Amino acid sequence: MNEIAIRTRDLVKIFKTRRGAINAVNGVTLQVQRGQTYGLIGPDGAGKTTTTRVILGLLRRTGGESSVLGYDSMKDTYAIRERVGYIAQQFALPGDLTVMENMRFFADIHQVDEETQRHRIPELLEFAGLSRFTKRLAGKLSGGMKKKLALACSLIHGPDVVMLDEPTLGVDPVSRREFWDLLGELRTEKGLTIFVCTPYMDEAERCNLIGLMYEGQLVAHDSPEKIKRLVPGQLLEFTPSHFAPAKERLAELEGVLEIQTYGRMIHVFVDHAARRQAEIIRALGDQGITCEGMREIEPRMEEAFISLIRKQQERARAASETAAARSPS
Amino acid sequence: MAFSRQRFRALIRKEFIQLLRDWRTLLSILLIPIVEMFLLAYAVNLTIDHIPMVVADLSQDDQSRALIHALVISGYFDVLQYVDSETEVIHAIDQGQARAGLVIPPGFATGVARGDAQALMMLDGSDSFTLQSGYGAALAIAQARSTELAMEKVSRSGITALGELPIFTSLRILYNPNMDGMVFMVPATAAMLLQVMTMGMTAMSVVREQEMGTLEQLLVTPARPMELILGKLVPNILVAAVDMVMVVLFGVYWFGVPFQGNPWLLGILSLLFIISGLGQGLLASSIAHTQREAGQMIAVLMMLANLLTGFIYPRTAAPLWVQLIGDLIPLTYFLRIIRGIFTKGIGVYFIWQDIAVLLLYSVVVMVLAAKSFKTRLD
Ligand SMILES: Nc1ncnc2c1ncn2[C@@H]1O[C@H](COP(=O)(O)OP(=O)(O)O)[C@@H](O)[C@H]1O
Ligand SMILES: [Mg+2]
Repeated sequence: MNEIAIRTRDLVKIFKTRRGAINAVNGVTLQVQRGQTYGLIGPDGAGKTTTTRVILGLLRRTGGESSVLGYDSMKDTYAIRERVGYIAQQFALPGDLTVMENMRFFADIHQVDEETQRHRIPELLEFAGLSRFTKRLAGKLSGGMKKKLALACSLIHGPDVVMLDEPTLGVDPVSRREFWDLLGELRTEKGLTIFVCTPYMDEAERCNLIGLMYEGQLVAHDSPEKIKRLVPGQLLEFTPSHFAPAKERLAELEGVLEIQTYGRMIHVFVDHAARRQAEIIRALGDQGITCEGMREIEPRMEEAFISLIRKQQERARAASETAAARSPS
Repeated sequence: MAFSRQRFRALIRKEFIQLLRDWRTLLSILLIPIVEMFLLAYAVNLTIDHIPMVVADLSQDDQSRALIHALVISGYFDVLQYVDSETEVIHAIDQGQARAGLVIPPGFATGVARGDAQALMMLDGSDSFTLQSGYGAALAIAQARSTELAMEKVSRSGITALGELPIFTSLRILYNPNMDGMVFMVPATAAMLLQVMTMGMTAMSVVREQEMGTLEQLLVTPARPMELILGKLVPNILVAAVDMVMVVLFGVYWFGVPFQGNPWLLGILSLLFIISGLGQGLLASSIAHTQREAGQMIAVLMMLANLLTGFIYPRTAAPLWVQLIGDLIPLTYFLRIIRGIFTKGIGVYFIWQDIAVLLLYSVVVMVLAAKSFKTRLD
């Protein structure tokens, strides 16, 4: 039994367009064990969808390796398709078929026999909370229900792995939570391997393992706890009375590692929270700036991600500067 | 090839459900050809009605009178005046009194009997509309009377040949002596319709799925390309066939165009043509990225088909290179087939070359389409 569900090595995908080549995936190496829930996290345009499509053999890969359950993405495409469920980023079930027609269609297309269909379809509809809507057109479902139907359809053939591309895009917070609860159920009860792409940092916390993706590369690939610990220092949160001067002054202070802003709120990483807290209040107070709600907080995925991306950008800038310096001009 | 009947059935069922559920589109698919036929019928009559014509009948026999009669009875031409010579005909057009002139040489009846009768038709070159419509009508009528019609364009500066070559029609088959536009147009409309429907429907439905993202969801299933292709084609074949039957029935019972040939032969050959059209649609869909692009490609092909295949304008009138382009469009062959079977009742013997080309075309297009059918998104 192959214990690795999804594996890529130095995966590269370059799109050739009229405006030039786009390096959508630029050397991604990742590994997902069976039964894990893997979150590929990153902002729009990071290359999540492209990575997923290449792994599934929906796009030709430009370089590197990729496989699912030991089957090569390019060579054993049909073996993969028989064993994997997929929800594309766009809601992509035929909207002019009813819920039941969609279920039956995907069951038949995966060659699920009549006998199995008879009990599995009602089970899945029940699981997805769609039992009452079997006659409704898929296009007329709410955003959350559409995604649940897509999930039910992707499970119809009893896959070992499901790959979900932004399954909670355009879904209200309550339905989002419900959807993730369904995924949790699948993991604990069926031992399903789940691969999720999402831009939402809070969803990352629901995964065993996450890959932070940015501009075609994995900036980090680890458990959520470890990724959060990658950012050095402790985190202070407060709302200054004068935003811009506060930010400026902070940057000059000793022990300040990184400053991030969230609306009118400032998150500042420091080497020692208790000591620096007092210093910051004093330094800003000297300039007549008051700090409201100053407290130490646990770094969240969001802070970690922003910090990691910044470092990546600095590295890239440094690299291009050395390259520029080296090239004779 | 791992062809699965369960998957194939599922794809066809899905296609049918979607077709029936989108009844507005279905209705327009079924009705547009009928509407188009009416438009053509009345447009034909409106545009080339009663073109004033002077006639120099130098033959004065039964056959020459019959030809003049046929031109008049068709409603396309009115005899303004009988004159005695070609010069007078030209003069009348030159003066703007007449838009058309007919010169029937002496000994016309003998010519008809021998099968090489000739008459000269002159059309006012300053009015391109009269020129085009009068030309088509006169030619069709002359064909019906087994007459070679030399056509010339007359303008103020004198006579210039129409097109690059003197125009002779080569058809010498006698049919419907009371030739009217619909005999010519009904089979052609049916043919054109099949071309538009098959190609258009297929290209559109594939590209639509591409645009909506449902194609991605389909491609990621174990469905094989051949199943996806056939799943798309079979329902479209059926709709096209229903449409075809409707047009033919309308043509026969409403417009009174007699069906002379073997309906089964026409049916089978139509199927062949349908398949070539569907193949073209698939090819178009693998090139086009959006429904808009697909629509534009279809529009261009339709325009070419309109002009170059003999749908309205007789191909023999066109320069050689134009004819060669027309040869690349399967409608060219099918038009000859359907007109032959429909209005002349001819059998395979007379059209086997067209059939062979169409068969070859279908096979090549289908193979190309299957090869270019995307199994991936890039
Ligand atoms: N079919 C395509 N052709 C050209 N460029 C593409 C294509 N698909 C994606 N891209 C580009 O690749 C990059 C990554 O896109 P994508 O994988 O969709 O990111 P994400 O899913 O993380 O938002 C983007 O810059 C996008 O514009
Ligand atoms: Mg995406």
